[in-house]
Amino acid sequence: MAPTPLLEVRDVSVEFATREGAVRAVSQVDLDLVTGETLAIVGESGSGKSQMLLGLLGLTARNGRVSGSARFKGEELVGAGAKRLNQIRGAEIGFVFQDPMTSLNPYLTIGRQLTEPLTVHRRVGSAAATAQAIEMLHAVHITEPERRMQQYPHQLSGGMRQRVAIAMALICRPEMLIADEPTTALDVTVQAQVLSLLREVRERFGTAVILVTHDLGVIAELADRVNVMYAGRIVETGSVDEIFYNCRHPYTQALERSIPQLDDSRLERLVAIAGNPPNPLHLPPGCAFAPRCPYRLDVCDKSVPPLEAVEAGHRKACFYEGALDRMAEPA
Amino acid sequence: MSAPILAVRDLRVYFEIRSNEGWLSKPQTLRAVDGVTFDLLQGETLGVVGESGCGKTTMARAVLGLVPVTSGEVLFGGKDLAHLDAGEMRAQRQHLQIIFQDPLASLDPRMTLGQIIAEPLRSFFPKLTASERQAKVVEIMGHVGLLPEQINRYPHEFSGGQAQRIGIARALILRPEVVVCDEPVSALDVSIKAQILNLLSDLQERFGLSLLFIAHDLASVRHASRRVMVLYLGKVMELAPWKDIYRTPLHPYTQALIQAIPPADPKRARSNPVKPLGGELPSPISPPSGCVFRTRCQHAIERCSLEVPLLRPVGESLVACHLAEQIQAASA
Repeated sequence: MAPTPLLEVRDVSVEFATREGAVRAVSQVDLDLVTGETLAIVGESGSGKSQMLLGLLGLTARNGRVSGSARFKGEELVGAGAKRLNQIRGAEIGFVFQDPMTSLNPYLTIGRQLTEPLTVHRRVGSAAATAQAIEMLHAVHITEPERRMQQYPHQLSGGMRQRVAIAMALICRPEMLIADEPTTALDVTVQAQVLSLLREVRERFGTAVILVTHDLGVIAELADRVNVMYAGRIVETGSVDEIFYNCRHPYTQALERSIPQLDDSRLERLVAIAGNPPNPLHLPPGCAFAPRCPYRLDVCDKSVPPLEAVEAGHRKACFYEGALDRMAEPA
Repeated sequence: MSAPILAVRDLRVYFEIRSNEGWLSKPQTLRAVDGVTFDLLQGETLGVVGESGCGKTTMARAVLGLVPVTSGEVLFGGKDLAHLDAGEMRAQRQHLQIIFQDPLASLDPRMTLGQIIAEPLRSFFPKLTASERQAKVVEIMGHVGLLPEQINRYPHEFSGGQAQRIGIARALILRPEVVVCDEPVSALDVSIKAQILNLLSDLQERFGLSLLFIAHDLASVRHASRRVMVLYLGKVMELAPWKDIYRTPLHPYTQALIQAIPPADPKRARSNPVKPLGGELPSPISPPSGCVFRTRCQHAIERCSLEVPLLRPVGESLVACHLAEQIQAASA
């Protein structure tokens, strides 16, 4: 029997009312996350990956509207009360953002920020909270944690701040961690520290992770499964090996080819994806990737391809059935 | 072998900064660039990599005369740019241009695309007529992939990739010989990054440009450059052809940089996960004695704390490490 999902998302859409009209940032997204697994969501800016997650947790901007269903451990999140969502956020679902300073308060000591979630969500006494906070700083490899507890975020380096942000996200031992571009703002050597730290905490605490990123190297390093998003929709989903070695959507293929790699086997010249991502105000009526796609068929301009199974656990939203053997290169 | 178009010799940029101890305390010296020497060859792209704070941007700005040089020489066209007065330096600037990291932040939001690209022409060739200027602007727009009808648009109407094309057009309109690219693709989306990297290599070929290509990731440098210079705490650790940097890195820091990059290949990632470099970057105000990398180096011996390693040839590479030969033998 398949394990019960920790998070079950069905048909979630996020729409924003703007002066220029309604903008659909996320369209009919389904996803499942089981206990302990790492699901990567890959896509470019504006593909809706962050908006989808914010939508699930009641953090959509005021002009936004979320529809569909998202069950976390069986409990419906879409439309849940603000009080309940507050309890879930922070205690049961942890967050790590791209810029650690968005989660750290510059005016409060590290110690204060780490112990607060424990005293608020878990009703732990202050001495016990301090002890747990120091233990968590050890777990994220912060040297001299007792001294760091007294310091302010500006006294730490960028890499240390991100590790403190991870410690803060994990302090209440959430079952699920959402990491939104956790390494994008970091140097490669610091990124490597954060990647191996995420791998370690995932094993140690059994935390399920939703990892949002545009970096395929980060995905290869951490993910069990991958969802590829383009213009608000999931266009391909599968195990990390299926996505890397047997991808079936032209956009996934184009992404993989366009990324600079150290590998010698790569061509000198990158295979760029022609054109730009579509404007969400004026999405094409059919497949949103069609205008940039080298495999485009007539039907692609008319209707949106459904997300259909290629084989067990691997689905794609594309009408083209042939081999992906064409080069996409701008004229 | 082509001749160097730009030669940098023992370049140093130090900043005096006040410590936290109070207004009357002695200012401390921050060594942002500490004795950098290299040649940029005619028509090549020299990659410059290193982490934040390694001095790569300050070094590039010093080359262009945008920050005061403490000591050293920047030789270009028979002149030492580091010791020119402001007027003479201004005259040289048309030959040396820069492309910035954040394309939108580097464009004036109140100017149209046409005005932005034409501005260098206005300051260096004030005698050009409006129509001559316009013709040059339209021509360069074509080269960077912008459409003539976009000439009256404003920067906010463009995406990051297109804005970077505007920045490139502005840098190239004076037909410079040397262009510093300061992380030109770091802020761009993956699919756009490849377009801009390809565009830069096309333009380099067309105009015979010599590029100093700064990046914090080795992967984008790999697609742009034949030779790569690795900086750490303001010093050159290794300068070598790309294939040697990648296949047989000789400096322990270069090795650490390469091992830190996760390959986009899950099987390799499982068998050989990224290896983080231990420790933290030391402060450039009080760098370690001897080799600046020794505090994070797994090979460090006593000599490394006593003696500053000089940049010296080992095979085709230039390496600043006392143990380069042993490391080379071990990896062979």
